[in-house]
Amino acid sequence: MRKLLLLVLFVSVTAVTYAGGYRVSVQGQRAMAMGHTGVAVVNSAELVFFNPAGLVYLENKLNVSVGASAIFSDVIFQNEELGASAETDNSVGTPINLYVSYKLNDWMSVGLGVYTPYGSEVTWPTDWAGSHLVNNIDLSAIFIQPTVSFKLSEFLSIGGGPIYASGSVNFNRNANRTTTDLDGNRSNITVDDSGVSNWGWTVGAMFNFNDNLRLGFNYRSEITIESEDGEAIFANFPNSPGVPPNGATGFKAELPLPAELTVGLSYEYEKWLFAFDYNRQFWGVYESLDLTFENGAPPSINPRNYKNSSVYRFGLQYQATEKIALRAGYYRDETPVQPGFFAPETPRNSSDGFSGGLSFAVTSKLAIDASFFYLRFEEIDASYDFGTNSTGGTESFGGTYKSGAFAPGLGLTYKL
Amino acid sequence: MKNNIKYLAILALGLVACEPEFDNPIEDAGTYSSGEADFSTYVALGNSLTAGFADGALYITGQENSYPNILSKQFAFAGGGDFTQPLMDDNTGGLLIPGTDPLSNRLVLAFDAMGNPGPKPFAGAAPTTSVANVLTGPFNNMGVPGARVYHLVSAAAGYGNIAGLATGQANPYFVRFASSPTAAIIDDAVAQNPTFFSLWIGNNDILGYATSGGIGKDHNVTGNLMAGTYSGDDITNNMVFAGAYNELVTKLAAGGTKGVLLNLPDVTSIPFFTTVPNNALVLDAATAASLTGFFQAVTGIVTAQVAGTGVPLAQAQALASQYAITFSAGANRFLIKTEVTPTNPLGFRQMTEQELLLLTIDRGALAQGYGSVMLTPEVLQVLGILQAGGTPTAAQGAMVIAAISAIDDKDALDSGELDAISTARTSFNATIAGLAAANNLALYDAASDLAQVADGGIAINGGVVTSQFVTGGGFSLDGVHPSPRGHAIVTNGILEAIKETYGVNLPAVDPSDFGTITLSNEVN
Repeated sequence: MRKLLLLVLFVSVTAVTYAGGYRVSVQGQRAMAMGHTGVAVVNSAELVFFNPAGLVYLENKLNVSVGASAIFSDVIFQNEELGASAETDNSVGTPINLYVSYKLNDWMSVGLGVYTPYGSEVTWPTDWAGSHLVNNIDLSAIFIQPTVSFKLSEFLSIGGGPIYASGSVNFNRNANRTTTDLDGNRSNITVDDSGVSNWGWTVGAMFNFNDNLRLGFNYRSEITIESEDGEAIFANFPNSPGVPPNGATGFKAELPLPAELTVGLSYEYEKWLFAFDYNRQFWGVYESLDLTFENGAPPSINPRNYKNSSVYRFGLQYQATEKIALRAGYYRDETPVQPGFFAPETPRNSSDGFSGGLSFAVTSKLAIDASFFYLRFEEIDASYDFGTNSTGGTESFGGTYKSGAFAPGLGLTYKL
Repeated sequence: MKNNIKYLAILALGLVACEPEFDNPIEDAGTYSSGEADFSTYVALGNSLTAGFADGALYITGQENSYPNILSKQFAFAGGGDFTQPLMDDNTGGLLIPGTDPLSNRLVLAFDAMGNPGPKPFAGAAPTTSVANVLTGPFNNMGVPGARVYHLVSAAAGYGNIAGLATGQANPYFVRFASSPTAAIIDDAVAQNPTFFSLWIGNNDILGYATSGGIGKDHNVTGNLMAGTYSGDDITNNMVFAGAYNELVTKLAAGGTKGVLLNLPDVTSIPFFTTVPNNALVLDAATAASLTGFFQAVTGIVTAQVAGTGVPLAQAQALASQYAITFSAGANRFLIKTEVTPTNPLGFRQMTEQELLLLTIDRGALAQGYGSVMLTPEVLQVLGILQAGGTPTAAQGAMVIAAISAIDDKDALDSGELDAISTARTSFNATIAGLAAANNLALYDAASDLAQVADGGIAINGGVVTSQFVTGGGFSLDGVHPSPRGHAIVTNGILEAIKETYGVNLPAVDPSDFGTITLSNEVN
């Protein structure tokens, strides 16, 4: 009975993770259950993402981890002064991950990771109060990362690899607050592109003080998604040379997927494992989202002015029985969004994440991993003060926002 | 310990189950309030401003952006009921009237081949709304474009009778939704048992005179109290106004029904009268000199003519000297026609600073000499003779005088006309303010806000709303009626006024969410 209660406690109390901006930190079921810690945890092939250096310390020759989560997120908005309110109707986000590592010999392992660390899916009601900033956006990127890991000694290993990133975007918003066609239909623009690729890299190191205490370091480079072959569709513009023509045209835009540095440690004591990760996310590169159009429409300049931000992650694992490991975690995710730059297409303020989960070893080789996180955002009064209206004036849009997200996930770990 | 865990578990499940929710959701009762007012049945009375007439026409999106309709959406936050409007059938504007030409389509802002923007009638579609198609009401928005105060009263029954259109006794917009051909606007309004009303009427009682350049009659001068005999170009007599307005307010406020009255803005608040400056006669130095010379010649000719009738020379010179108008390089004020009198035998003078030109004046003609002088080669030849010290023939003198092209009365408001307008407006607004106070009604000083729009503008999110024609944002392309953004400002003003009077607490609207003018090149 006590065990059952404990289980309920772990699974339900401890949900948590995600991250500021359009970073989606759900890169492994086991790590997720522990507040998305893992840079110094040697546990599974999830290390391909969290710290390639640690792969050589895995006991088995072949390690496979696969998993997927379903993120249910919701954002509500209201402005008491204007009586405006809206709620998003987001579809379910599904970050996935697949990691494989193979120990070639005692001092070298190779690995491959496929994961989706960036994305944003926000759907507001069409023509809602902030529709000149966003009606809906669906942004995603998939990373493919071959990896090699070297054991330099029992104490120190290094690892890393190139990253191939492929992104896609679909983004619709109204041209501004007021422009309509003759019948009052709001003029709007949809940009759409997919298969936009670029390269980056990752490198990590792991230091083992002793059998119980490990220290990890990992850095993932910035990757810029440069969209050049996409399509922008202009709709409901009035029939006038004073505005862009309706129909499809080309557009160019750039979106940075920022670099991330993680340092952390783990400590193992009997059946307990404690982990702490510190993430530094270099959002400062996201200065502005600028779109230029081939049809001569004025470029869309959207200052973002993000700042670098930090996430503090704490995770705990308890080996309850031979077959069951219970996990819990907490993290504090500081927003990269500065006051006055809060745009409803990425409505993220600082949040607290609570996560939990468990692994159940079906056999000695195969385990089922479950995770769950709940992300709690504080209610925030925020605005975006750098919008451009139809006559070039700078305007503001804001109100009170509150977000929430929770995500159950399932995965498999296979060891041979 | 066991208990604690249970509580934690319950707490955790609670957290997880929760969707985000605000500490104080605006949907909660108590966020907004109607104060002493009851918005369950709101009826709006008025003219084109109330109807949402804009760009010279009535069309759906204009009606949707009428201040009563915007206001009703805010009322809905505190018990406001449905708000129905006699919507047109399209966004083309225009109105089909059997047996006569349709009313014209809305204006849109079109770009010509040179890329210059200007208002033009929309030609992308024909009007589909027919006056013969009478709608089944009642309608909360009872604004009737063109209506004057005395058209709303019970005695004006029949104002919505289609048979009266031919004789001008009826109004096509009221025909569309009158409850019967013998209905009067006020009776149809009262029959709805409104719990709240707004009344913005009386603009046309002045504006008809103003927009026709003051060619009509001022019945404060004629003393004519028979409103039925007034033409659309006349100023309504103050007593007629007060009597009709009093009837409307008395009937609407009967039983303590609450409401808001709106007063009447000044004509100088409206781009129709402020867009074409009275000093748009821009001259280079040489032209200015030749015009000055021209009027010296005119003075000489008049002096000779007057002296020729036996008037002493000094007296003749003094009389003729009024025509010795001098022009300088840069902006100069135009000439307007006045009555021909013994003291002003030629019947023209230069405009004074306050006098106004109408938006509808032919600006092409102004560039060709309308408002000053048609300097033809023949006229210039006569001027040469004069400058050389020669004496022109009588025919040549007459040709010089005929070259003067002062602005017609219909294209301008002169100081006398402006005085007549001002006198009437002051009186009408005093009546409105007095009846508001006497009946404990809210009064929105629309005149003051519109004056502010015209003089410096009203700051909004992202800019300033002014009465600048086309670009200012406050007015539609007819230069008289507000844009949706103008209606939003009026809405906020009304909300302020009823907050003060009735303790209403409702959200304002953001004028920057409301459009201004519509672009289209579907024009002829």
